[in-house]
Amino acid sequence: MRERQASRNARRAREFEAFVAGAAGRLLHAATLLTAEPPDDNPRARRLLTASLAHTYAVWDRLHGEDPYDRTRQYLAVRFARGAWHQYGGLGRPYPRGRPDSALRHLTPQERLILVLRMYEGVAEEQAAALLGLPTERVRAICARAMATLLHPPRQAAPPVAKVVPS
Amino acid sequence: MSPVNRREADVRRILEEPQPPVPPDLYTEAVRRGGRMLRRRTFARRLMWLVLLAATVALVVWLSVAQPWVEPPSETTPPLTGW
Repeated sequence: MRERQASRNARRAREFEAFVAGAAGRLLHAATLLTAEPPDDNPRARRLLTASLAHTYAVWDRLHGEDPYDRTRQYLAVRFARGAWHQYGGLGRPYPRGRPDSALRHLTPQERLILVLRMYEGVAEEQAAALLGLPTERVRAICARAMATLLHPPRQAAPPVAKVVPS
Repeated sequence: MSPVNRREADVRRILEEPQPPVPPDLYTEAVRRGGRMLRRRTFARRLMWLVLLAATVALVVWLSVAQPWVEPPSETTPPLTGW
């Protein structure tokens, strides 16, 4: 019994180490995009990723063939959405201005989340909508607005008109 | 290339640009926290089984002592005394 437990622990640690070595860079980049922090100073993204990876480690034996990368990404997205909700009073408010030196600083947390899921991670619209509990049309509209803001950042005032582009 | 595809390619290029360095202690920290979560879950599961077992034992003991299915002796008629 104890031997079996030990061998299972060792196998889990080995597999998890290989997974982290392969996936951590991309996941950390995604997390840094979400938090709109500069790449060399991203404590919040690191905390987010560490918590997500810890969760993946805890459910590793019960994945049953599910993709651990997918699982970690889902947990990361949901945790970020919840954190943004609690810390900044909703997904609609932009990150505190001024500090982040990121290309995504003009976007709201929700716009960043959907943009990163759709464009960086390549998650399908339906899956992103299901993950966040939003209608698919809304995800499409938010993604189009986020793309418009990203490609044509506002100068100071005058937020850009949201255009709905079928993607 | 259609305008929509070009816009998407532009956005992807902007998103790909800066690659943050992975902190070296990420793996150990994740394993430490994940292991703690696992141990807590194992403990909680064991505690639940223990409580369930204790409740079952207590029920069986009480049933064998009190035997609540036996009809209690009638107590409604007052005892006839003093005549």
